[in-house]
Amino acid sequence: MKRYVCTICAYVYDSEMGDPDNGVEAGTSFEDIPEEWVCPVCGAGKDAFEEE
Amino acid sequence: MAAVKISDNIYWVGAVDFEIREFHGYETPHGTTYNAYLILDEKITLIDTVKSSFSDVLLKNISEIIDPSKIDYVISNHVEPDHSGSLMEILAIAPNASLYTTPLGEKGLRAYYHQDWNFKIVKTNDTINTGQYTFEVIQTPMVHWPDNMMVYLKEKEMLFSNDAFGQHYASNERHDYEVGESLVLERAKDYYANIVLPYGAQVLKAFKDLDGKNLSLICPSHGLVLKTTINTILAKYSDWANNKVNDNEAVIVYDTMWGATKGMAHEIAKDFESKGIHTQVYYLKETHISEVMGALMEAKYICVGSSTLNKQMLPNVAAFLTYMKGLAPKNRTGLAFGSYGWGGESIKYVNETLESCKFEMMDPIKKIYMT
Repeated sequence: MKRYVCTICAYVYDSEMGDPDNGVEAGTSFEDIPEEWVCPVCGAGKDAFEEE
Repeated sequence: MAAVKISDNIYWVGAVDFEIREFHGYETPHGTTYNAYLILDEKITLIDTVKSSFSDVLLKNISEIIDPSKIDYVISNHVEPDHSGSLMEILAIAPNASLYTTPLGEKGLRAYYHQDWNFKIVKTNDTINTGQYTFEVIQTPMVHWPDNMMVYLKEKEMLFSNDAFGQHYASNERHDYEVGESLVLERAKDYYANIVLPYGAQVLKAFKDLDGKNLSLICPSHGLVLKTTINTILAKYSDWANNKVNDNEAVIVYDTMWGATKGMAHEIAKDFESKGIHTQVYYLKETHISEVMGALMEAKYICVGSSTLNKQMLPNVAAFLTYMKGLAPKNRTGLAFGSYGWGGESIKYVNETLESCKFEMMDPIKKIYMT
């Protein structure tokens, strides 16, 4: 599974874990996360993420 | 305050601000310091600067040791203006100095100051060699801004930790052992609660990066240099970062219109006390929200009360809840309470906000006019 890193705060989005606290179920690929989702640590937008 | 030698070739050259009481919304009853450190080596190096209004103090303190134009390197661990605020003055006097910072540090410094300084970008595992000394770079994103870094002076086992391990405490002493552990710990806890609390996971990551490094001195960017309290502070940071709380501690915070909600707060306090749970009660018209944060740092129970005013909670309570939610304390049990005449919407809103903080909730207590 690909992992994506926030270029602002280094938070890693792992699709196996998802981000259930913010409505993203485990197993959701990064591409399928809604565009309005933001980094749960620093609040940066999805476009601030890069593939690890 | 004059420059202070903290080790051979290492000097504190910062500024003490006894007067400041408001620090971007954080009340600082004991003032603070802006710590900058000067290293005498083949390359004269300055670590961080001070708030711009104290630039003259920084320059005076450096000048006691060395001509500031001789500075070769400036290490900027953090872009926030209380640490970068004198870069304009320093780099005007030493225009050829190299400015070491992280990639996001460069971005932030360019955004603040619009200067094409001699930036040298560093990342974790990079080193900055000043002659006999080697500084290892440790990036610490979100402890507590994205750009943050620390530098570890290997030969002296000294960590320049920037805001981590800091304390807002103004004094003429510069070392922890001059003021005593309980005071250092109290100020460090208050600082953690108001600055670092949301970033426990990032603190633990920084700990991992520091693993295996001996620490003989920690030189933070605010407050006292740590020597005798290092183990205590590190253990506390570990507890706080892991969100350890005391099951026998409760904090009750409220605002009240005519005293009924205050009465409820004290009834609830009696109830906790009768169960052997130590309780602190705070009235938001008398106590600043940042002081309450320091108080609730290790408390399992957080109880928030508000009267209902025009179908809302009282504004002081809303301010407290917004502030606390951002600082994101975890592993807590919450209780909403309040008195009302009709409607009683405030209790529902307080309850919803505490729930949104992911607290485990007790049943709210809602009462018509109790005096």
